[in-house]
Amino acid sequence: MTSGDEKLQEMLKHAIGPAGTELQRDLWPNMLARLQEKSTAVPWFDWVLAAVALLALLIYPHTIPVLLYHL
Amino acid sequence: MPVLEDQSVRLQRFAEGDLHAFEELFRQHQAEVYRWVVRIVRDPAAAEDLTIETFWRIYRAHARFRPDGSFGAWARRIATNAALDHLKIVRPQVALCEDLPAPAMGNPGIQHDTRQKIAEAFSRLPPKLRVAAMLALVEEEPYQEIAEALGITVGAVKLRVFRALRHLRKTLKGMGIEP
Repeated sequence: MTSGDEKLQEMLKHAIGPAGTELQRDLWPNMLARLQEKSTAVPWFDWVLAAVALLALLIYPHTIPVLLYHL
Repeated sequence: MPVLEDQSVRLQRFAEGDLHAFEELFRQHQAEVYRWVVRIVRDPAAAEDLTIETFWRIYRAHARFRPDGSFGAWARRIATNAALDHLKIVRPQVALCEDLPAPAMGNPGIQHDTRQKIAEAFSRLPPKLRVAAMLALVEEEPYQEIAEALGITVGAVKLRVFRALRHLRKTLKGMGIEP
């Protein structure tokens, strides 16, 4: 780095200063909430699949008894 | 070497998707990840959210983790990507450091104004350059460490820092400051 770059670096360090903070609390409860939130969320393709299945039953209602028989 | 064995077993269990092993790794590394992220984003609240986002990405990618590798280095790389994504969306509020002594003699009002302009010019840098410059110039992290966290070569980090300095100098010149 040139002396001009070093001067600019010093100015930056003075202007921005140190980040300076440590983590003040345990984040695990938040992490757990995030994991649970995501695990209960239904992916969009599952909704699409359900919609297609419902549509198929509406178009071909005679398949409902067959389906119930096999269930 | 029971501690090393424990860690190795923990990493193996994590790679297999064990939530308990993930919790242990989370508790072990959360402060370190937070410290790294807060250095990049300079916002404690955002850094907390990004720490959780980082571990969420880590949890989702558990199957790709190689248990013989370094979890810390892997986490740091994911954290850097999460911080970069954040900076691309949110323009950071780079806080002025009021505790540090003024760098030179003169009118304190003018100095405060100059520092504000420098912080403003810095926040205008493109996120990729800003992250490299923040870590290399402000935090003075080793280039090798920055390269590993960004997933690029040391030469590429130096280039980003060089471009950031050139960009900054140009912006400051436009603001009437000659560094």
